[in-house]
Amino acid sequence: MTTRRNVFYWVVLLAVFLICGCATTQERLLDSDTSQVQLRSIQTRAFDTTDREKTLRTVMATLQDLGFVIDQADATLGTVTATKLNRYALRVTVSIRPRGETQTLVRVNCQYEDKPVTDPVPYQRFFTSLEKGMFLAAQQVD
Amino acid sequence: MLKKTITVLLLIALAGCQPAIPPEALELSPQTLEMRQMQTRYFDTKDEAMVLSASAALLQDMGFNIDESETKLGYILGTKDRDATDAGQIVGAVLVAALTGTVMPVDKSQKMRACIVTHPYGEQKDKIAVRVTFQRIVWNTQNQVSTKECLAQPEIYQEFFSKLSKSLFLEAQNI
Repeated sequence: MTTRRNVFYWVVLLAVFLICGCATTQERLLDSDTSQVQLRSIQTRAFDTTDREKTLRTVMATLQDLGFVIDQADATLGTVTATKLNRYALRVTVSIRPRGETQTLVRVNCQYEDKPVTDPVPYQRFFTSLEKGMFLAAQQVD
Repeated sequence: MLKKTITVLLLIALAGCQPAIPPEALELSPQTLEMRQMQTRYFDTKDEAMVLSASAALLQDMGFNIDESETKLGYILGTKDRDATDAGQIVGAVLVAALTGTVMPVDKSQKMRACIVTHPYGEQKDKIAVRVTFQRIVWNTQNQVSTKECLAQPEIYQEFFSKLSKSLFLEAQNI
């Protein structure tokens, strides 16, 4: 009998955990649990170039190399959005903007299935791939 | 009974965890070069706009609608919706239904996407490289996504580029 009661408590405890784990619509809409500064730092790198068009074209070529299909590209705004379908769906947006007189900032954010990617490792891998296409080093920005 | 409930609850709890992004998803693989070669052809012209225009015409030839384009970056995206019924799958589903009485969903419709990116190529930039990539998403009779994939059969790309050569010829002749 006591084991049955123990088991019952476990079930209740688990159910409570499950409910606590659910986010509200506001949290899901605004991704309130992530730190803006930290996120920018893991998603952004600087490259020593001021050639916007070449940067965007290299980003697109790298995304194609990685198996993405480009969903949208805008040379004026400096954004490229792409989707990779490989049993999973991975969607990324890459944006570029000038930094000072000599550099360009490249930022990428990823969505894996229906979740944001906040782990720094996938971003490092992306920038390693991009470095090869750019023939330039990706520099960490603080 | 309670043990079962706990197992089920645990499974739900685990399923709720963030699915990990596969480590190789954003990494260049040894197959990258091979894929690039299969998906790319080079044309002896400096006129990127003409190649793009011929590519757009070709997408229309193949029944695609142009969803997005950016001439400055040499980019076009076309999509189309097509039937995805597969005779083999239906035979399988009928057999399963006859043997077990359960109805298995079969593929019903699909969205096909073609993305074309061009760029000047070569030391003198006297060639235009055209790279095309295809994807499809398939829905079954229960409206669930059954397949999400990149299409990688070499024959697809061979036929596409032979059609593109024709389209470039027609473009040059203004037909």
